[in-house]
Amino acid sequence: MANIDIVTQEDLHHGHDDHDDHHGDKYQSGFFSRYVFSMDHKTIAKQFLITGIIWALIGAAMSLVFRLQLGFPEESMAWLKPILGKWIVVDAEGIGTLDQDFYYALVTMHGTILVFFVLTAGLSGTFSNLLIPLQIGARDMASPMLNMFSYWFFFLAGVVMFASLFLSTGPFAGGWTAYPPLSAVQTAMSGSGAGMTLWTVSLVLFVVSVLLGGMNYITTVINMRTKGMTMWRLPLTVWAFMVTAILGLLSFPVLASAFFLMIFDRSFGTSFYLSEIYINNAPLENVGGSPILYQHLFWFLGHPEVYIIIVPAFGIVSEVLSVHSRKPIFGYKAMVLSILAIAFLAFIVWAHHMFMSGINPFIANIFVVFTLIIAVPSAVKVFNWIATLYGGNIRFNSASLFSIGFVSMFISGGLTGIFLGNSAIDIQLHDTYFVVAHFHIVMGVAAFFGMFAGIYHWFPRMYGRFMNETLGRLHFWGTLVGAYAIFWPMHYLGMAGVPRRYYSFASFDAFNQFAGMNQFITIAAFVVFGLQVVFVINFFYSIFKGKVQKEMNPWGANTLEWTAPVNAGHGNWSGAIPHVHRWSYDYAKDGIEFIPQTVPLKEGEKDMGEH
Amino acid sequence: MGSLVIILSLILLGIVLVQIGKVNELSSAIRGEEETEYRGNTSHALYGLLFVAGFMVFVFASFFYYKNSMLGYGPLQAASAHGGDIDWIFDVTMYITLIVFVITHLALFWFAYKYRGRKGHKAQFIPHDNRLEIIWMVIPSIVMAFLVVGGLIVWNKVMADIPVGAVPNKDFIEIEANGQQFGWNLRYPGNDGLLGGNYFKEISASNPFGQLWDDKKNHDDFHPSKIVLPVGMKVRVRITSRDVLHNFYLPFQRVKMDAVPGMPTHFVFTPTITTVDFRKRLGEVDKKGNPLYPEWHTPADPSDPENKLKRYEAFNYELACAELCGNGHFSMQKIVEIVTPEEYQTWLGTQNSFYEANVKGKEKTLQLGDRETKNTKDLTITIRETNISEIN
Repeated sequence: MANIDIVTQEDLHHGHDDHDDHHGDKYQSGFFSRYVFSMDHKTIAKQFLITGIIWALIGAAMSLVFRLQLGFPEESMAWLKPILGKWIVVDAEGIGTLDQDFYYALVTMHGTILVFFVLTAGLSGTFSNLLIPLQIGARDMASPMLNMFSYWFFFLAGVVMFASLFLSTGPFAGGWTAYPPLSAVQTAMSGSGAGMTLWTVSLVLFVVSVLLGGMNYITTVINMRTKGMTMWRLPLTVWAFMVTAILGLLSFPVLASAFFLMIFDRSFGTSFYLSEIYINNAPLENVGGSPILYQHLFWFLGHPEVYIIIVPAFGIVSEVLSVHSRKPIFGYKAMVLSILAIAFLAFIVWAHHMFMSGINPFIANIFVVFTLIIAVPSAVKVFNWIATLYGGNIRFNSASLFSIGFVSMFISGGLTGIFLGNSAIDIQLHDTYFVVAHFHIVMGVAAFFGMFAGIYHWFPRMYGRFMNETLGRLHFWGTLVGAYAIFWPMHYLGMAGVPRRYYSFASFDAFNQFAGMNQFITIAAFVVFGLQVVFVINFFYSIFKGKVQKEMNPWGANTLEWTAPVNAGHGNWSGAIPHVHRWSYDYAKDGIEFIPQTVPLKEGEKDMGEH
Repeated sequence: MGSLVIILSLILLGIVLVQIGKVNELSSAIRGEEETEYRGNTSHALYGLLFVAGFMVFVFASFFYYKNSMLGYGPLQAASAHGGDIDWIFDVTMYITLIVFVITHLALFWFAYKYRGRKGHKAQFIPHDNRLEIIWMVIPSIVMAFLVVGGLIVWNKVMADIPVGAVPNKDFIEIEANGQQFGWNLRYPGNDGLLGGNYFKEISASNPFGQLWDDKKNHDDFHPSKIVLPVGMKVRVRITSRDVLHNFYLPFQRVKMDAVPGMPTHFVFTPTITTVDFRKRLGEVDKKGNPLYPEWHTPADPSDPENKLKRYEAFNYELACAELCGNGHFSMQKIVEIVTPEEYQTWLGTQNSFYEANVKGKEKTLQLGDRETKNTKDLTITIRETNISEIN
């Protein structure tokens, strides 16, 4: 990849004569240290991204299989037997049905993979790594070595999880939240044995990866900003990545502790989560534990986790919308403060996932109040994004389209959160398809849209080439319409009371009346998956054959990443590190289209970042 | 062979797509990049307007299409005393969010269209506007405060337990629903109105609740195969689980609560519409005899032409599980029948005490028989045996 860049883009290679120590340093000499065990944050970002793309394809393909079961329960799945093997049971007439245990395994793996491997590692891992050093004017992360470990722990977590797919008892199948006793009692379900063991090991490794990455991001932002880069001059992307890292650093250890107690319960006979259980015709010895304890620990991570997923998208969308509207982001400080407010509130709302779990109803009152307060900073963000478009001169390309699509998704999914956060309404909606619709739109599709916006926008920064615009726009419109076609009808299913995680609705008259809608959703899911394949083809094709980036700053952006040469080696800037004189949003100021951060203030000019 | 064809056609599709992309890039090179960009801005801004118009039509049309199938709408008013309050706060939230949804979406795509990049146009420098920002912070705060207060009033009303001093079987009925993989065990308290004590280690095939037979309150408890409740009477459901988490879920009564092993939970509600009345409501016709809710007049079982029942006639309240509990999670169905108080009394008369029918006089052999498979025979059993013989 990069060697192609060097040949074709020699002319862009600024400062060729004054190679300094950081450029092409000894850590990048061989193939392995350059592409595999690289410590260059730009390479690590690409590793996170490509690993994330692969996991996204696996996770999405799983959803297609269980959507087939839900949309076309009568159809034979025998044709999937070559891939799924014994999990498709073919009867004497040649009709293949999906094994129930495997249905739940697919649902569980889809959730785990998408939440952790794709939208946490793939999104925050990619863009924090790529953009933090480049946008703050640093040569690399504070600790490139830990950064490398962060990726390889993620990789290892992925290997363990992937291996669990091939267990004879199947991967873990008790839902991505892994509530005990279903997950803690090894015989409660076929996936709760070895599958759950590997699931836990994988996620503990994943926590290590997140913590190593997060420490690095925070340290880098705090300590390694270039001269003049005050906190109030940081682009919103960097603010978002730093806050995300803080959220992860404070909440993931709690998840790890929940898993350690789980491991004790599973393997060493403790009773943290277990009490008075009679299963498989025999009582267990465990008494005194509480399954609710696990739920508290899990959601203490689980709720911040959804912000770990969506906050980087906030940052990316703010930056992309501003650059392509050719306008400053509206209300920069309000945007920063709202991210901080959301991040703070993220830690005191976790029990809104547990209104119906048997917690004291009085406690729910407090969580309702804090949960619905989140709507206020979220509303501020939405209004500010819309106001950023107002009065702009908007370039419509794949990146800005996905940002606009993000705002639409965030509104649609955010508003349904107001229903679910209100405990009284949650009595009706808890664990129905309404919840599925809500979180898929607001943190699934919206986060993906933020990720796509970022990929289309910074692709030239990663590979020195552009992605194909025609395919990108096709990808956008198809995905926007298709994603709504999948998830919007699910609101109605939920409002009709249909519970989630049902293999079949045939046992219930009330839930079995939506066959047509379920077929529609399944077909839409296949179409949307096809469009993502278009994206993946576009991505890999453009790495090698995309339109070559001719100017160093193709979007006319102010931030520092566009001041580094296209094929920058380890160390980013071949000469001295640029200094910063203003905030990153001087677009259309004084009639000038854009003023990069490196341009000194004119006499008497006020810097918006300081006032 | 089949998969080879699929793979080949996928590869071909990929090549076609890449070629389409290339052609467009070439044409833009011919026309001039700037020219192409401005054209693209206008057409995609227009697509945005088309999208938002289509989206709004889709949202409202689909809502009206499914109206009669959604809880709280059409004929599906709540069948419990508290359910109406939940439907009310749902409705209020719905109208408020719908207004915000429409306004923000129109603004988003309209501004995107209006301020699309055009030749000779320039963006304006508008970094912030404190007054505007305060306005759109204060308004959501007020609306949210209203929703929080409304919601919490409903919540605390719904979640209130039976008042102290209420008399069982007179002021309320207490029943137990016990979840297991994969079904519900039901227990009614009998004439004394009190559920007897139980212990999980006593559970066996012949004692599904692990009832302690030395507790006399257990002697009149009975285990029906479906939930039958009188209309207008307060019910306290004691929700328990013997193995993993389950959830006691009555969609039409707006009742939902987890069943947690080792920690009984409860839900108090008052059924307000009998099954028979609910069927009548679903099958209602207007003055001309046309069904008000045509989707409920379709055949109940389309696969069976002999079955002439319509959906509204075959309707039953159902109990479902709403917390993932294993591979049979989707099958934990029980019929719930809401009847008149008279019918309830008649039904009670047909139910026999589980103890009288299955346990009395057989305690020793039963318990020994059940425990054959177990290695340990703990001390409590012997003690209980003596107790029971004393009682008898």
